[in-house]
Amino acid sequence: METPLLQGLGLHKAFGPNQALAGAGLEIGAGEIVAVMGPSGSGKSTLLHCLSGIVRPEKGQVLFRGRALPSMSDSERSALRRTEFGFVFQFGQLVPELTCLENVALPLRLGGMKRRPAERLAATWLDRLQVADVAGSTPGRVSGGQSQRVAMARALITEPSVIFADEPTGALDSLSGEGMMRLLSETAKQTNAAVVLVTHEPRVAAYSDREVVVRDGRTREPAVTR
Amino acid sequence: MNRVYRRCVYTLCIVAAMSIGNTLLGLLEGGPKHGYDLKQLYDRQFRQDRPLHYGQVYSTLNRLLKNGLVEENGVEAGGGPDRKRYAITDSGVTNVEEWLKSPENPSVYLQNTLYTKVVLALLSGRGAQDLLDAQRGSHLRAMRELTARKTTGDLADQLICDHALFHLEADLRWLELTAARLDELARQLTR
Repeated sequence: METPLLQGLGLHKAFGPNQALAGAGLEIGAGEIVAVMGPSGSGKSTLLHCLSGIVRPEKGQVLFRGRALPSMSDSERSALRRTEFGFVFQFGQLVPELTCLENVALPLRLGGMKRRPAERLAATWLDRLQVADVAGSTPGRVSGGQSQRVAMARALITEPSVIFADEPTGALDSLSGEGMMRLLSETAKQTNAAVVLVTHEPRVAAYSDREVVVRDGRTREPAVTR
Repeated sequence: MNRVYRRCVYTLCIVAAMSIGNTLLGLLEGGPKHGYDLKQLYDRQFRQDRPLHYGQVYSTLNRLLKNGLVEENGVEAGGGPDRKRYAITDSGVTNVEEWLKSPENPSVYLQNTLYTKVVLALLSGRGAQDLLDAQRGSHLRAMRELTARKTTGDLADQLICDHALFHLEADLRWLELTAARLDELARQLTR
């Protein structure tokens, strides 16, 4: 069997007395969209943070292309997060002082690309996500839906292998959320990116190929019954 | 009231009858009971607003008896047919188990049947988490198909799929709420 693109195995993580993860695991292949579901406080976001190298698990292993994340140096992991991973969160989390165009170009600029080519590429991504008209605006001056699309353009501009999306439609109305999910799943399929999609919304999860449920810090995949 | 007799009505009646049979079997797992006790228990747990008719109880028990899913377990002295006691057979237990394990087809009657399954699973000490998980999987599969159809369809198709998707989502929200309250429900049921 082909090695999964990203693997989390037996992950444990506690925050003080709260055991957020107690043996959770997840495997995902290139081009696959996996929804991570479960009640609030079940450990969904912590699982995403461990898989993406934001949080270091106390026990267990995270392998990206077969290589263990915890064994990498901080700078190696930062580079990995900048080039191979893309992030979309519930509230866009754009830099408020920068224009939308500059926000999207940011990962490329941090990677050493010159301003002009980086912004040229950023403009094509804004256009692709149908928000070219907000390029010169700062995030405070655009709607929630537009802001999320800008954040998605920023996540996708490096054409990452894995996109981590944590409640990406949480702040949007049904129609905007729908548009966002359609774009995310289409773009991921086009670029063969894997998507780890944390959501509690079934209609969002319906864009995934399969779901994993987190409960009390453990993951389970439902048995295929029919 | 005149009821237009269409295939869907027939199907619904059959499904409802199957569900009553399985529910009675589930209740018999707690020990042998008279038809009267079964009706009382059934109404209290599931149908306070629309109690079962005695006729339904006895016709269902006769069917279960004929199919070997229950057996007579003594007749009280001086009793007529309504004083017979019924016990579940091994085949009956297998039947209940299969029924609890298999997710319901996502449709309008779902919640009632699913609630019944949850209660019976808890009453029999089987735990209800697995059946809720299986149901979530079944629902999400249906929702994925509708979502895929929606992305390639015209506006009319999209709206029709959305209608179904919102209903399925409502079922799933109920399911999550129930999953979060299983311990509390188990405590109340076994009090």
